[in-house]
Amino acid sequence: MFDRYLICEDGFQNVAKGDEIIGFRLNVRITYYRGVSLSAIEGFDVTVDGKSFPREHNLFSVRGRTYTFVELQEEGKERWELGEVAQLTVPLPGGLKPGPHIIEVLELLRISYLPALSEGLDKKTLILAG
Amino acid sequence: MANIKRGISLYSWHQEFYLRQLSLEECIAKASELDIRGIETLGEQMFPGYPHLSDQFYEQWNEWMKNYNTVPTCHDLFLETKKYKSRLLSEDEMIASVKTDIQHAARLCCQLIRVIVITPPSIMERCVEFAEKHNVKLLLEIHAPWTFSTEWIVQHLEVMDRVKSPNLGLVPDMGIFVKKFPRIISERALRDGARERFVNYMVDIYNNREDTTNLPEKIESIGGNGRELTLARLIQRFIFEDPHKLVEYMPYIKHIHGKFYEMTPDNRELSVPYHEIISALYEGGYDGWISAEYEGQRHIQDVYEVDGVEQVRRYWVMLQDLIDKISEEQNHV
Repeated sequence: MFDRYLICEDGFQNVAKGDEIIGFRLNVRITYYRGVSLSAIEGFDVTVDGKSFPREHNLFSVRGRTYTFVELQEEGKERWELGEVAQLTVPLPGGLKPGPHIIEVLELLRISYLPALSEGLDKKTLILAG
Repeated sequence: MANIKRGISLYSWHQEFYLRQLSLEECIAKASELDIRGIETLGEQMFPGYPHLSDQFYEQWNEWMKNYNTVPTCHDLFLETKKYKSRLLSEDEMIASVKTDIQHAARLCCQLIRVIVITPPSIMERCVEFAEKHNVKLLLEIHAPWTFSTEWIVQHLEVMDRVKSPNLGLVPDMGIFVKKFPRIISERALRDGARERFVNYMVDIYNNREDTTNLPEKIESIGGNGRELTLARLIQRFIFEDPHKLVEYMPYIKHIHGKFYEMTPDNRELSVPYHEIISALYEGGYDGWISAEYEGQRHIQDVYEVDGVEQVRRYWVMLQDLIDKISEEQNHV
């Protein structure tokens, strides 16, 4: 329901570890009307310029802590709050080239009262600073 | 004699909160400005860190209630039965979760809890004593596509009849009385790529009370696209129950969610027949809150500026007019 606010306009960047660029990062917000337990997040599929980066490999960070896909499923105490900006880190050796990229994110949440997963989908063109 | 009190569910303004246009305190202040005294909240929506909230939070909350001349009415409970992917919550975990909500409601100083409809009747029964101790009522929400006569709700009513506790009851959502399909939803479907003849066909089916059981299959068979199928599935989640049912179930009803989709500039709700609802509430002698619950934002946010405050203002203008008219008629009888 907040699909259009899923991908944030700011925060799109490559991520370095030491001297090496290991991937890229996006700021995201929840597409649902309340916060959820991290264990209810079923992941984020990311597509950049048509190339897919499936949920299993993407990292999720909120309030300074980073979780793998598997760790998220087990985290029953911490929450992702309504409107709170979180970071998705997508592994990609060398990162993305500077300039505009078409980004798509599919967010999957397990909401107990809904029979199927809640899907949030957003597509934006973001510019990676050089 | 009915006594309807002016309330709001802050759900109405969740988009403004999400976009950081209104803080929790500003929501309370806006309600107060609209002369709305009763504040219903979703802990998981506007209280970051819920359910682990500090003493300072609750002190601050009570201070706001005093400063803005408002009162807490209801806390909306969600039960995360599917919190973990690998398993469902056990009964004991569900009970612990509901008890946490009861303690929270007590600390907010509100006496009502909206219990989400998926909560099993056995859990209600096993938590009622704890609720009594905390002076909190557990009210099962009747929310579309469920209604009073749905088997699951009937099971709940059986527990309520057997336990006979004043701390169990119902909170019907007025979204069970959608007489005409909300135009903001069909207009959105058109903007998203559904074709007019398909949209009109489906809206007519809904408005004529035709069976929608196989609507998606039907739409598919006549060449419907993805957007049209989405609308078909959405329509299946809407129902029109007879508002007079409120009279029949009045002994159980202890709170009301005043769901609405669109208030026009001349203060009309086009899809929910509030004149019939208020009449029924008067006939049944309802004594309690109506929490305005605006749910149009998600359908219009792609092209319109959402103004939940104005929508709620218009809603209470409409309800106040209906209340004034009906109470005047009753005085003349």
